Amino acid sequence: MTESTPKIRLRGVDKAFGAKVVLSGMDLDVGVGESVVVIGGSGTGKSVMLKCILGLLKPERGSIEVDGKEVLGIGAKERERVNNKIGMLFQGAALFDSLPVWENVAFGLLAQHLVSRPQAKEVALSKLAQVGLGADVGELWPAELSGGMQKRVALARAIAADPEIIFFDEPTTGLDPIMADVINDLIVKITREVGATALSITHDMASARKIANRIAMLHEGKIIWAGPTSKIDESGDACVDQFINGHADGPIKMAVRA
Amino acid sequence: MNFLQPIGRIFLAFLATAGHLIMFTVTAVGSCARPPYYPRMILRQMLDIGYYSLPVVGLTALFAGMVLALQSYTGFARFSAEGAVANVVVLSITRELGPVLAGLMVAGRIGASMAAEIGTMRVTEQIDALTTLSTNPLKYLVVPRLIAGLMMFPFLVLVADIIGVFGGYVVAVYKLGFNASNYIQRTYDFLQAEDVNSGLVKAAVFGVIVTLMGCYHGYHSKGGAQGVGAATTNAVVSACILILCFDYILTEMFFAK
Repeated sequence: MTESTPKIRLRGVDKAFGAKVVLSGMDLDVGVGESVVVIGGSGTGKSVMLKCILGLLKPERGSIEVDGKEVLGIGAKERERVNNKIGMLFQGAALFDSLPVWENVAFGLLAQHLVSRPQAKEVALSKLAQVGLGADVGELWPAELSGGMQKRVALARAIAADPEIIFFDEPTTGLDPIMADVINDLIVKITREVGATALSITHDMASARKIANRIAMLHEGKIIWAGPTSKIDESGDACVDQFINGHADGPIKMAVRA
Repeated sequence: MNFLQPIGRIFLAFLATAGHLIMFTVTAVGSCARPPYYPRMILRQMLDIGYYSLPVVGLTALFAGMVLALQSYTGFARFSAEGAVANVVVLSITRELGPVLAGLMVAGRIGASMAAEIGTMRVTEQIDALTTLSTNPLKYLVVPRLIAGLMMFPFLVLVADIIGVFGGYVVAVYKLGFNASNYIQRTYDFLQAEDVNSGLVKAAVFGVIVTLMGCYHGYHSKGGAQGVGAATTNAVVSACILILCFDYILTEMFFAK
């Protein structure tokens, strides 16, 4: 991998569900240590893009490279190695209901047999502390936590194995504005501390502006604009302008049934 | 010819589901032979399937045995063959009612809960989360349930056999006035190892059916709460139908002359 090789590179990625085309020749580069946020309306394929990179969905066409190596069509063992580099914060937190919080956080470490159970618990508690949660939370069950706390625990789980890449899927959805800002601050702090490359998807512009070095807009299956966060207000693209200002009128037509 | 189209569509959908189910079964059974194993998960499932199903299975077997004694006595009294009650009870319970009733009851209890739990994990992205945490969801969720079902169903059926025969004994001795030692002796004399063994083999097969149906429907559920509800119903219905089908096939294999 050379200095200029992006950490993640998507080229010409197509993904459809039956007749519904979600991604259509999508291209995206995420540089090493960069924090890129992909914005776009609901149902434009942002989550699908992340799932394609993680191998949870298989694109029909295109190329996805992580650290310069093609990851489409690789075997299960190789996929496991790639996914070991990645931490993921799911939209709904996706904590395991049947495990206490600390085991949720340490799940990846225990699954990969990287450490013993007592060591895993120690790591889990330190990661919980990193996201501002006390050791007592470690003994609780996910169902006993508020939405904001669940997001923090999910964030702690995503960083537990010190990943090189972190994906954030709608990190602030369903949170009040203050808690959303707390989560945004945590994301910025933690990606800096871990030194990870971050790829986030959101339609919350306040969140995007706070956590991104670079923003890319996904529309009709393609990236229609990408650039530094500071330049988004002067993008010159009517779709981007409509989206970031939240206007109903504009080139993006929402499907509304009468 | 348009009326043939819906029939063709249904048939194709049935074949697709059958193929999907067979692939899932082959992959799940194949995964049982390869590490990693999750002993904690296997123990948890064994406890859930075996220990916590005991009251349901025990009560079902008890009343089945009691009803069987009462019905067979009423029927046989017409031919002055009341003495055969013990034989009928022990044979029916060990060969048929023990495994089938236990299978159906546990299909309702465990099949439904497995489909609901795994289905909820699917729609809340917990299964995707497992994959991102370097854990094969089939090995973590399905294999422990399959192993636990295979091991615990025969145990449950053995318990059902004992309680069912005891139920028949209680009615025969305390209500119908049979001599206790004669009843036990007749039961003992008539019972053969083959009767119990065939029931235990059936139980193991039913255990695999119930857990596979619960896991398969849960694993492929989609569409939120409604999808999980449908998965739960499908798991129980398909498990019950397959139990009755395989009961006939196994009975044919064991006892057909």
